[in-house]
Formats: sequence, C-alpha cells, structure tokens
Amino acid sequence: MNKKGPLYAIFFSLFLLLPGCSSLTVLNPQGPAAKTLSDTIILSILVMLGVLAVVYILYTIMLVKYRAKKSNEGYIPPHEEGNIWLEATWIAIPIIIVAFLSVVTVKTTHAVENVPADYKDQKPLVIYASSSNWKWHFSYPEEGIETVNYVNFPVNRPVEFRLYSFGPISSFWIPQLAGQKYAMSDMTTYLNLVANTQGDFLGRNTNFSGKGYAQMEFTATSMSSDDYDKWVKDVKSTASQLTEDKFKSLLATAHVGRETFSSTHLTFSPPPAEHSEHMDMDHSNMDHSNMEMSTDEHTHQSN
Amino acid sequence: MKVDTSKPLEYGTHENSNRIFGFWVFLGAEIALFATLFTVFFVLVNRFADGPSGSELFEIGPVLIETFLLLTSSFTIGLAVHAMRHQYKRAMLVFFGITLLMGLGFLGIEITEFVTYVHEGATLQTSAFLSSLFVLLGTHGAHVTFGFLWGAAIMIQLMREGINPATANKSFIFSLYWHFLDVVWIFIFSFVYLKGLM
Amino acid sequence: MNFDLEKFKVHGEPLIYGAMISIALVSIGIVVGLTVFRKWGWLWREWLTTVDHKRIGVMYILAALLMLFRGGIDALMMRLQTAAPDMKFLDAQHYNEVFTTHGLIMILFMAMPFIIGLMNVVVPLQIGARDVAFPRLNAVSFWLFFFGAMLLNISFVIGGSPDAGWSAYFPLASLEFSPTVGNNYYSLALQISGIGTLMTGVNFIVTILKMRAPGMKLMRMPMFTWSVLITNVIIVFAFPVLTVALALMMFDRLFGSQFFTMANGGMDMLWANLFWVWGHPEVYIVILPAFGIYSEIIATFSKKNLYGYTSMVASMLIISLLSFIVWAHHFYTMGQGVLVNGFFSITTMAIAVPTGVKIFNWLFTLRKGRISFTTPMLYSLAFIPIFTIGGVTGVMLAMASADYMYHNTMFLVAHFHYVLIPGAVFAVIAGFHYWFPKVFGFRLNERIGKHAFWWIIISFNVAFFPLFILGLKGMTRRMYTYSAETGFGPLNMISFAGALGLAIGFVILVYNIYWSTRYMPRDENGDPWDARTLEWATHSPIPEYNFAVVPKVKSRDPFWAMKHDKQPLFEEPITKIHMPSNTGKPFVLGVVFFFLGFFLVFSMWIPAIVAGVGVLIVLAAMSFERDHGFYIPADKVIKTEKKLGGGTV
Repeated sequence: MNKKGPLYAIFFSLFLLLPGCSSLTVLNPQGPAAKTLSDTIILSILVMLGVLAVVYILYTIMLVKYRAKKSNEGYIPPHEEGNIWLEATWIAIPIIIVAFLSVVTVKTTHAVENVPADYKDQKPLVIYASSSNWKWHFSYPEEGIETVNYVNFPVNRPVEFRLYSFGPISSFWIPQLAGQKYAMSDMTTYLNLVANTQGDFLGRNTNFSGKGYAQMEFTATSMSSDDYDKWVKDVKSTASQLTEDKFKSLLATAHVGRETFSSTHLTFSPPPAEHSEHMDMDHSNMDHSNMEMSTDEHTHQSN
Repeated sequence: MKVDTSKPLEYGTHENSNRIFGFWVFLGAEIALFATLFTVFFVLVNRFADGPSGSELFEIGPVLIETFLLLTSSFTIGLAVHAMRHQYKRAMLVFFGITLLMGLGFLGIEITEFVTYVHEGATLQTSAFLSSLFVLLGTHGAHVTFGFLWGAAIMIQLMREGINPATANKSFIFSLYWHFLDVVWIFIFSFVYLKGLM
Repeated sequence: MNFDLEKFKVHGEPLIYGAMISIALVSIGIVVGLTVFRKWGWLWREWLTTVDHKRIGVMYILAALLMLFRGGIDALMMRLQTAAPDMKFLDAQHYNEVFTTHGLIMILFMAMPFIIGLMNVVVPLQIGARDVAFPRLNAVSFWLFFFGAMLLNISFVIGGSPDAGWSAYFPLASLEFSPTVGNNYYSLALQISGIGTLMTGVNFIVTILKMRAPGMKLMRMPMFTWSVLITNVIIVFAFPVLTVALALMMFDRLFGSQFFTMANGGMDMLWANLFWVWGHPEVYIVILPAFGIYSEIIATFSKKNLYGYTSMVASMLIISLLSFIVWAHHFYTMGQGVLVNGFFSITTMAIAVPTGVKIFNWLFTLRKGRISFTTPMLYSLAFIPIFTIGGVTGVMLAMASADYMYHNTMFLVAHFHYVLIPGAVFAVIAGFHYWFPKVFGFRLNERIGKHAFWWIIISFNVAFFPLFILGLKGMTRRMYTYSAETGFGPLNMISFAGALGLAIGFVILVYNIYWSTRYMPRDENGDPWDARTLEWATHSPIPEYNFAVVPKVKSRDPFWAMKHDKQPLFEEPITKIHMPSNTGKPFVLGVVFFFLGFFLVFSMWIPAIVAGVGVLIVLAAMSFERDHGFYIPADKVIKTEKKLGGGTV
C-alpha cells in the first residue's frame, strides 16, 4: 500500500519546516498576541501529529496483516460485535485530548482578546480602523489625524484597534502581530495588539468583499516612540484636513493609494456602536446611556 | 387496496397511514420554519429605524377578531373530522365549509390590517422590524391562503366522491394542517401582538 | 411590460461565448439525437414520468456527474488563474462568479444529489421494500432539484452568476453591492431545489420508519440505512432554516425589505447566523451517508460484520445533535467574546470524539478480516488516512484563538477539501462502483477503475496539501490574484498540477463507465461482491418490484446469514404485486417552478404570477387525480424471475 508513502513524506516535511521557518508568516510572530497564537498552533499540531500517528500505525498494521493473500485463502473471518473496553478507550482518550485543548483554547482566547499581559499598565493607543470598498481608513482620535491604507504606531505600546465597515463585512488581519477580527457596518469590534519589533508588516482584509478584494492590503509600521511622535507632528503641520466631501469621495473611489489627513472622519461620520441605537442583538434593549457604558467595557476588554 | 377496518377510516390503508405520519414529519419541518421566522422577528423587533414600533401600530380589536375566527375554525374542522368518522357527509361538509369561510374572514381582516399599516407609512421597506413583521405574518397568511385553496379542493372531492378512504385521509391531514396554523397564530397573537402592545 | 434585453446579456469573455455555444450545441445535439433515434417516447415513458426509486436514483446520479464536471471546470479555472502571480486568465468579476458557483454546485448540486441518488437506489432495497413511501413525491423531489440546478446553471450565460461567495454574506450580497441578477438566481435556484430536498427528507424518514421488511428492527438496519435516516432527520430540521434565509434574501433583493441591509435597522450578521445554522448541519448531511457507505463497503470487503454496530449508530446520533450547535465556529472573528467562542470551540471539538469512534471501529472491522482491494474498497481505505488529516485540522480550526489565524485563509480551504472530498466525494465514487453492478447488472472494470483511483488519490494530495502551507504563509482565500513578492507562486503551481491530475482521474473514471458498458461481462447472480445486506438478495439488474417475495429478516446482515448460516429469507409464495403508476405531473411541476424562478429572478411580475398560478394548478391536478396503481399478476412475476435467472428465489 504505497499510497501512504507520499502522505507521510509530505506531512513530515511540513513538520520539519515548521519550527522557526520565517516564510510561514503565521508562525513568525512579532508581537505577544501573535506569539500566543503561534504557540497554540504549534502545540495543536504536535498533539494532532500524535493522533495521526496512532491512526496511521493501526491502519498500516491492519492492512498489512489482514489483507487477502494466497496463504490465508479459505480463512473465514470471525464474527465480532465489538468490545466494550476497547470502545471505551477510544472514547475516553479523545475526550481527554479535547478537554485539554478546550482549556488551552479558552485561556489563549482570553489572552489575545485583551491587552497582552506585560503591557497592561500602559494606556493603549486607540486607532479606529474602518473598511470601505476597497481600502482601509485609520483614524487617530487623540492625535486627530487620519490615514488611508497605512497605519503607524509605536513599538512596544499596546494598540487598540476599533473596527467597523462602511460596506461589506471585512476582516482586519496583521498576521505577524495578531489574529483577525471582523469589521462590520452594524457594530464596532475591538482588537488589541503590541508590536515587539520595529518594521513594516503586511495587513489585509481576509473576508471576501467584491471585485477589489484581492488588492485590499495595507502596511502596518511599528516605529520608535520618538519617530512616531515626529510623524504625528509632521502630519498635523503638513497634511490637509479631511472634509466630509473629501471623505465621501474617498469612500466612492474603489482604489486609492496612501492618503494622510490632519483631521478624522469620526466627527461627521461616527462609528456604529457609539451612534446607532443598537449594537448587537444582546444589547438591543438598552437605551443610549447604557450603550456608552458597554462601549467602555469593551475598551478594557474585561470579558 | 386492502382496507383495515379496525382503524379509523383515514388510517385505513397502509399508504394512508404513511401519509398521516409523513405529514407529521412535515409539520416538524414547518415548526422549524416558523421557529426561524420567530427568531428573526425577535432579533429585529426593536430595530424600528424611522418607522413606527409595534405599540404605535397595533390595534387589539381586529386582532381579537382574527384570533376568534381562527380558533373557532380550528374547532369546526375538528367537528368536521368527527362527523367524517360517523360518515355524516352533510354535517362534515357544513363544518368544513364554515372552517374555510372563517379562514377567508381571517384573511380578509389580515389584508385590511396590512393595508392600514401601509397607509400609516409602515411598509416592508420601512424598517427591519416591519420587514420581519410582514414576513412572519405574511408567511402565516400565505399558509392560510394555501389552506383555503387546498381545503376547497378537498371539499369538491368530498362532494363528488363522498367519504371514502382517500377523501377521509385528505380531510384528516388537512385538519392537522389547520390546527397547526392555529397554534402558530396563538404564538403570533401572544408574542407579536400582545407583547408588542405592552 | 418593460422589457429590457440588456439585463439578460452577459458581456465580454470568449469563455462565456464558448459556454453559450457549447450549451446550445449540446442541447441541439440531444434534441436531434432523440428525434433521429425516435427516443422521445422512450425518454418520456421510461424516465421523465418514472416513479421507480431506482430510476430516480440513477437520474440523480447522472445529474450529479454532470454537475461534478461543471464544478470541476470551475475548479480548474480557479486553480489556473492562481497558478502563478499576476495571471490574466480571469478578471476579478469572473473569478468571483466561478468560485461562488463552484461552491454552490459542488455542495448542493453535486454532493447532495449524488448521495440522495445512492439513497434512492439503495435504501428501499436494503430494508426489503418495494419502493419509497411516497413514490410520486419522490419524483417531485427529483424534478424540483433538477430544475433548481438548471436555473442556477443558466445564470452563467443569462444575466450573470452569483458572485458573493457560496455563503453570500450580506451586505456584499445585497442589491447595493451585487447589483446583477446573480444573487437573485442564488436565492431562487436554491429555494426550488431546497424544497425538493425537504420533501426527500420527509419521504425517507417515513420510508425507513414504516416500510421495513418484517423482522428488520431498527437495530438490525444496515449502517447505510441508519446514516440515511439520521441524515434525513437533519434535513427536515435544517432545510427550513435555509428556506427562511433564502426567502428573506429574496425579499431584500426583490422587494426592498430591510433584513440584512446597512440602513433602517437591518442586520448583516443575521444572515451569517441563519446561513450557518443551516450550513453546518448541511456538512453532515453529505458526510453521514458517506460514513454509512464506507461502513457497508469496509464490512463487505473485510468479509466481516461491522465492528461496534451500536457505537456506530450512537456516534452518528451524537454528531447529528452536535451539528446544530456549532454554527458560530464559522465566525469566531465576529467579536462575540471569550464565553461564546469558548462554548462553540468545545462543542465543535466534541464532534471529534464520535468521529474518532467511527474511525477506530472501521479499523477494527479490518482487523482479523480478509481484506480484498477492489476499487470501492480502495476508495474506502484511502478515506481513512486522508479524512483523518481533515479531521485533525478541523480540531485545530475549532480552537477559537488559533482560528483567528486560520480564518479565511487557504488553511481553511485545505481543511474543508480534506474533509469533504474523502468524506463525501470518495464515498459517492466508492458507492457508485459498489452498487453499479446491482443497478446495471455488470461491474465497472477494475483495472481502469484502479488507474482512476491512483490518479485521483495522489492528485488530490498534490492539489490540496500545499494549501495548508499557503494558509500558514498568510494567503487568504478568494483572491483572484497575488503579486510575486508574496512567495505564494510555487505552491499554487503545484496545486494546479494536482488539479489537472484530478481532472485526468475523473475523465478516466467516466471512460470506465463507457468501456465497461461495452465490454464487461454481464453478472449472473446479483451478488458480485459476496456482500451482506438485503439489496444483494435480489437480481441484477433489479426487477421493477425489487423483491418477488418480501424478505423475512431475522438478524443483521440477513443476506449473509442466508448464504452462510442457511437462514431462510424468502419464505412466502409469490403473489400479485401492487405498483404505483407513472406520472408526468412531477416533471411538469418542475418545469413550471423553473419558469416561476426565472421570471422572479428578472422581476418579471406578470409572467411570474402566471407561473405561480400554474404551480397551484399542477398541485390541484395532483390532488384530484385518483390513481390506485396497478398489479403485476403472480404468473408474470414468476416469469420475470425465471428470465432473470439467479437462484435467490
């Protein structure tokens, strides 16, 4: 049965490729959130390789040993109803594996949904990231600046992205820094990340959103705190204001390059959770003041 | 075709007994359908946008008449099936006819209600709440409409053939359908209208 | 009426014109062929009006094979377009249409009908019945499915195909962002065939629960019948959700309602929830019967009874329950928080437990067996290691945190192909080879069959394994192009080579049907594989009444017991047999539904209303018809039995 040969070869070559292979973006994290996820993935691959090994070994034994051949002609296989202990074994062991992975899942999910553990004492930099067909808008409410298709932030400082969409659902992903999160027109979602190294990281929309989807990329740059302050100052002094008309024309343009403005669209086109009367189905009965509160809760991501 | 006389007429043949069981299974699917529509309605119930809310829109009067008509018609179709089992063709036809007329009355009021809503500016397009309201009520109403046509077809067959295993089976299945619509309406009445009026 | 020809046209692309011309040529060819060979009457009498479950099953499978090639060509085009960076073979719009229809067709118009076709052929035989509970309703199911599929297929050349992905997320699929009629086709074609599927669900539940041969208790049913029963229960509860979702989509697109819109309170994520509440059970609707098929084949060719019968049944029941409470794992990234994601992670991973039970039971069915490697067995054996990869990557994806990195990437694409191709496609191919001699009276050639098998198995891994790595490299799905700097090129090229290999494998598979029809010796005894269950107890090809005498079942694997333990199966004398008569109304109903759907797609209200009334008229005609079927007299049955030979009765 040589069909398992190539399978083994492919799978184990992947296994050898895994550790420290920088061409696998997902397993080459540059921030604590991405590191947690990368570790989780590698752990799960190892566990799953164990499971595969058990199945493949049993499979090989069965096929080699019990195949029809000249020597066992006339052999009449026995009637077997099953075996309670064997069956209990292959119920119990998977349950243990699943339970273990469930604990890992809940822990790591909790970790990446919040500000990374070592950075809790710092005040996060808030950036609103909104998508429209087919671009990303980044608004810095505190700095009062806005960019299109690129985002800068300081290294080693927590950043809280607040995501929403002016069109189809998109998914915000900077694979080397954090997992992804949907940006939707109906509610604001939150994504926390920290970059540990300076540099440019590719970010993109992963959720299909129409014709221009393939090009819907942006660059995320983490820079030293001084460089960041200098950049903000530059933008404030040199870039033009983002007027409502200008913003509307931006929304209507399918593809634009990088743009920089010295004011944000948040004033005339606020994000959904703080504006629309309903945030999601669970909160739909709340009145407006509760709404603000629940937004604050989200800011700290205490769930 | 073998007719088993120990069972009620509508269950008499193997095929007919299968049909009744099959219709129960189908009603299971119908429950899933209406459960989904109710879920959609509950999710969207507070999303009025610029349109009216339930309490601004609903009036209890016509809804009570609708409820009365449908509940009573559920009773009369039960009487029709009872008459059928005693081979009282005339009584059965009368009760069947009353059932369908009440269904028609229900539809008339429902359509009038819809027209009123639209005149008040509450249309399918106005808000998510109204979309879900019209589609939930409309799906029930469409079921009643279909039931009316189906019931009328069965009545014609009853008049032509009398009560035999085929017509008895159809009538009984129709009665199951009609009771089911009544149950759905009770949910609509309680959770759409009464809750909306509160 | 405002009649605007423009909206029917699909522009540009020699590809589209090519498709139009080939559709026209094939249609003309069929019409001319039927006329020249005077086959119209034959077609109508023997096929279009049939209510025989075996013929309906065969038509399902033929339609599914056709759709397999349509969907396969879509797949080839996608893999060619992404084989190298910056390819110019398809533009974004066409690529979007192609991957959307690929998904829709493969799941709904290939996998489902193939499985329903096998159900139709096999289940009544396995339970010793003469037909399904409602033969005419069965024909209605088929024709609704068939014309629904046709409606979706003509979208490619009339008006444009759906282009928002097979999951058609809103607001992308709304009128605002998808202004072509493509998603109207989506909502109507799926609706029409979905109603057919729902009717199938009702029909088979009643068939299996009420039509079993005397003595066949529930826990004596063959595993395939069990899987079909559970599948149809899932259909009955899951398809109404799709019905509602599609109706709301249609209202949004055609009548301006506000369910999923961005303004006026609409809620885009409501669609995603409804879609996956149906969509995830749908996966099990195609995979559970596959498990049943494998159980039959592995037992037969190990020459052993199925190991752990009770836990096999229990695991399927548990899977079917769990399938309804895992839907949110399709959008962990929606931001619903740790609690919700944690819950859905655990329910999803829990599915691995009953699935693992099945894998080990199959392995232990092999143990102490005497395994012969026939073509159907090869597919079943290949299923185990490949599907296990799909399964373990499924567990990896089920972990919500890790999914933040896999979601929407090629890793996901690789995973679900590793689940669905071995889990559904290999199964239907295996079942096709296994039951083919039952239906047609001769086997498919083993040598050609094995050639096809090796092409398919190896190419499958070449085509899809690289996608796991591409996913980890950060390549997302549904991108029609990428730049050279991404480094995605080489692996995509390998994957394209695999896709070509798969295409060759499927061509060989079909060639085998042709070759075997011409040259394979006709089977004499109806039991070519020395099998175990009741369907092999009758002749091949199967007489229209299935069994001359209704079998009396006294154990599991009753046919095996008859052959090896001399347990008598057919004890009663032959008497007259009652049969349902053919009817053309289901076919007509399908045609009328097709026109209703087509007119609604283009918002042509008056013709649509006419067609809607037409539907009611056909239904009324069915209600008024009194058809009591007919009897085949006993002496004719005896004559047929003699002619078919074989010593089973």
